[in-house]
Amino acid sequence: MNITVYVSRDSGALAVGAEAVANAILAQAAERGITVDLVRNGSRGLYWLEPLVEVETAEGRVAYGPVDRDDVPGLFEADFLHGGAHPLAQGLTEEIPYLKAQQRLTFRRVGITDPLSLDDYRAYEGYRGLTQALEMTPAEIVAAVTESGLRGRGGAAFPTGIKWNTVLEAVGEPKYIVCNADEGDSGTFSDRMVMEGDPYLLIEGMAIAGLAVGAEQGYIYLRSEYPHAEAILNEAIARAGAAGYLGDNLRGSGKRFHLEVRRAAGAYVCGEETALLESLEGKRGQVRAKPPLPAIKGLFQRPTVVNNVISLASVPAILDKGPAFYRDYGMGRSRGTLPIQLTGNIRRGGLVELGFGVSLKELLYDYGGGTASGRPIKAVQVGGPLGAYLPAEQFDIPLDYEAFIAAQGTVGHGGIVVFDDTADMAHMARHAMAFCAVESCGKCTPCRIGSTRGVELLDRIIAERDKGTDSAQVTLLRELCDTLLNGSLCALGGMTPFPVLSALEHFPADFGLVAETAHA
Amino acid sequence: MSNNINNTERFHSIVETVIERHRHRPGALLPVLHDIQEALGFIPSATVGQIAGGLNLSRAEVHGVISFYHDFRYAPGPQVRICMGEACQSMGSAALLSQATEILGDGVEPVYCLGNCACAPNIDISHAYHGRMSQEKLASLLAREVAA
Ligand SMILES: Cc1cc2nc3c(=O)[nH]c(=O)nc-3n(C[C@H](O)[C@H](O)[C@H](O)COP(=O)(O)O)c2cc1C
Ligand code: SF4
Ligand code: FES
Repeated sequence: MNITVYVSRDSGALAVGAEAVANAILAQAAERGITVDLVRNGSRGLYWLEPLVEVETAEGRVAYGPVDRDDVPGLFEADFLHGGAHPLAQGLTEEIPYLKAQQRLTFRRVGITDPLSLDDYRAYEGYRGLTQALEMTPAEIVAAVTESGLRGRGGAAFPTGIKWNTVLEAVGEPKYIVCNADEGDSGTFSDRMVMEGDPYLLIEGMAIAGLAVGAEQGYIYLRSEYPHAEAILNEAIARAGAAGYLGDNLRGSGKRFHLEVRRAAGAYVCGEETALLESLEGKRGQVRAKPPLPAIKGLFQRPTVVNNVISLASVPAILDKGPAFYRDYGMGRSRGTLPIQLTGNIRRGGLVELGFGVSLKELLYDYGGGTASGRPIKAVQVGGPLGAYLPAEQFDIPLDYEAFIAAQGTVGHGGIVVFDDTADMAHMARHAMAFCAVESCGKCTPCRIGSTRGVELLDRIIAERDKGTDSAQVTLLRELCDTLLNGSLCALGGMTPFPVLSALEHFPADFGLVAETAHA
Repeated sequence: MSNNINNTERFHSIVETVIERHRHRPGALLPVLHDIQEALGFIPSATVGQIAGGLNLSRAEVHGVISFYHDFRYAPGPQVRICMGEACQSMGSAALLSQATEILGDGVEPVYCLGNCACAPNIDISHAYHGRMSQEKLASLLAREVAA
């Protein structure tokens, strides 16, 4: 029997050399007259070990990593094909503590299966949710999602079942399902991992959403920075269609659902749902005033579900295992699991899926192992570029939507960016203002023009801070933040003050201030 | 001169093919612009009228869309992009941006997140991403991959 070897095709793994490693393994095997079955799986999300090479053994998969192409001959010498000892050996993959301690529901297959194999997908519980949904009425599907307590994972945390119900009850045909795969937040890649590592999961979730609200057409609005995800999704859509999981007759039910990938064009604001819809319609991505909600008048003015990739990918398990199963994970009003992304200056960066409630401290130190540089952690930014900077004193906060709101932060899409003590937080505050200026859709004056004023103010503060900052500049900065908070149509302008004010509040010395003046 | 005429003809025939491929689709403008840019490396301003006509839009609408999105450009884009998202900045991408700019000038641009933030810092050279970048690796990649 041939030995099966796994090397990921995830674009994160490819960016650190997985393709060269895969080729080296095939070349070495050929040279030694050994036949191996090389499977290009998704990533396990243990990114500090990528490129990760796994070998199927009687005990389970054995992991080696991070493997450089030059390590490959040595791995053969060490008989890695039978789990041989080697300095890069990590033992059984499933026993790696980082992975073993997780609660992988949405990511249960990612890194295990061949992403494009429908057989693999079905062998690991795939399409059981859709099978259930085909036996249910739309109202029953919506009720199950509502009961699960699932809230949108794209940032706003709105209850998914309630949104679906609005679309179900809305008058107007056709209705649409739009998947928000713009994943613009720095510090996030969980959507990408699902699309590259388990594309049928998203396809299944969207088909269920279609059955739930009576929509027969879906669009995946995918950021242009994800070409690998685009290729994999398109191939998966074709294969799902050929097997009757998409198209005019879903599994012989007579129900239809069609799906298409649409490539975005590099505008962060198009992750905002109404700007996204404008963009899908072929226009400039300008934010629409709400109401009307997209659920009532969305794509082409028709009732539209807009959901994040992870929200949609959470649905199949809810239908398969029941809402109570999902709801039993989590804390407070944050139910289920969150795929958390540990990124930036961190020793063990990767994907950690856990029920809500885990503390930042556990994530940063127990999972993450502290900084990559070995220096103390100074700050973390949670929830993307519009999220607050939190200092070490706040690392006891649990990952929970309400707890983060109380701390003037946001869980957002679950990204955590770590900075060590060399980080300059005044510079990061300036970056937040500059990002807002670059990405503003231009509709509101504070966001369009105020952000550039903010950059100028921070430039002045940074230039003068060694001599002691004039507190009048800081007052102006605060007033500007107030204007942004109150005068913005969407969260791009409205939340840019979060990273700015939190940096000022927690790291006044970086702004040339002593603690009291910063609070004044 | 004759080269220019050849180019203009080539542009127009490519644009025509692309429009034909997408005109039936709702919201066809973005797919059209992406395909033109993939074929030519940029969107020739001389084709704006043709795109507008083919999709039943005004020139102003087409220009408005091209100028709104970072991806679309009237001239060839940079070969190198350095990620300046927060995660990459936490791992020193600002120094990479200065280093690359010193060598390539306008041939470098910042980008905000390539989606590989656990292996920061990241860069993009001719549409291939490279993670865990260092100044030494960048120097050798630029020497090897980038036309001077
Ligand atoms: C500036 C801005 C950018 C956003 N970017 C994204 C994004 O990249 N992906 C996403 O799913 N939601 C993003 N959102 C949130 C969406 O507007 C919307 O809440 C979400 O797609 C709804 O899906 P969900 O309920 O499943 O989270 C963004 C919002 C704003 C204001
Ligand atoms: S806050 Fe900024 S991005 Fe949001 S609608 Fe206003 S101008 Fe556009
Ligand atoms: S911030 Fe650079 S890849 Fe995400």
